[in-house]
Amino acid sequence: MSREDPRVPHHFESAEQQTESARLGMWVFLATEILLFGGLFCAYSVYRANHPDVFYYGTQFLDKHLGALNTMVLICSSFTMAWAVRCAQLGERRALMVLLSMTLLCAALFLGVKAIEYRQKWKHGLLWARKFRAEALERSPTKAGATWAETASAKTTMAAPDGQPTSGPAASNPLTTGTKALAATAAFEDRTSIPPAGTAPAGVVSGKKSSAAKPSERTPPENVQVFFSIYFLLTGLHGLHVIAGMLAIGWILRRARRGEFSSGNFLAVDLVGLYWHLVDIIWIYLFPLLYLIH
Amino acid sequence: MNEKASHSAARPHVVPLRVLLAVWGALMVFTALTVAATEVDLGAFNLFIALGIATAKASLVLLYFMHLRYDKPFNAVVFICALLFVAIFISLVLVDTTQYQPELIPGYAPELLK
Repeated sequence: MSREDPRVPHHFESAEQQTESARLGMWVFLATEILLFGGLFCAYSVYRANHPDVFYYGTQFLDKHLGALNTMVLICSSFTMAWAVRCAQLGERRALMVLLSMTLLCAALFLGVKAIEYRQKWKHGLLWARKFRAEALERSPTKAGATWAETASAKTTMAAPDGQPTSGPAASNPLTTGTKALAATAAFEDRTSIPPAGTAPAGVVSGKKSSAAKPSERTPPENVQVFFSIYFLLTGLHGLHVIAGMLAIGWILRRARRGEFSSGNFLAVDLVGLYWHLVDIIWIYLFPLLYLIH
Repeated sequence: MNEKASHSAARPHVVPLRVLLAVWGALMVFTALTVAATEVDLGAFNLFIALGIATAKASLVLLYFMHLRYDKPFNAVVFICALLFVAIFISLVLVDTTQYQPELIPGYAPELLK
């Protein structure tokens, strides 16, 4: 056995084997990540197979454009990360630091857009399981030009200027009616007039989407909260991975600044890159599965 | 590049910047394509098109950004095994849920009884 390099621990044959086993370890970790998300994708598949109407209805409250924007942001971050690994391999320290910073910036942008989306959902009670408040949407104005912010402010005023005749006393004050079920039904009926999130910010309800022949897009099915439970679980777990990835990138950025990497020693950059690309791959699947349900 | 690679013990493959740029461009085009594909109503085919495009994008990331094409094949074996097990998991669960649930719980899966 040849032992040319004193830095290689005794349980490795060579530096190459050490690097290869580290990479293999990372790939095994990525495999467990796939299995972790696999459970949630399984839940998604079962609910979508059994209740497609819930998914058709729920998806219109997700902003397709913000989702596409986030997909592109993550792809860009993956590209800068792959380029950063290349720079690390070639020992270009300056470029490595710039590219890692750009990757961090893209990750922050992704989380920022995600925060905007979460805030919209939170504001309108489109939340998971029992947190789901269908009645939060009952008094939203349907007049053209109403933004989501206006919708939220209109919620506080009891009488909307162009109040819906269908939302009677049961909808405006659910507790006085005594029966929660009645209030919930009224709220559900009222929600049919709410423009989908994808079209609302522009203020114009696109006739293509809302007046489509598909009845499932207008009449809300039961248990819409199931869609939002799955949405928050999948995107939330993915968001946690983005945060973990940002911490890891920050760590190698600090090490790069100290000049710890060279063309012979870039393993940490390589491994963090692999992790970051996996986060991107998961989003590549989440985007069409949640935002682009047809 | 070869000279540089021989310095390090691991002999890494440095992906040319041209390839990285091409992959980035392809990923962007695929993203636009998958958004555009939802505008066309193809029934159940829409899901398969969306998943097909996503798989193409994921493959590009795996092969070039994650160096799987130039790596030792065993890393790919590990990853593909994980994907296979997820596929087995989801398909068997789907077979199971479509097998019993519609009859067991009234109204549980109205779509499947049609």
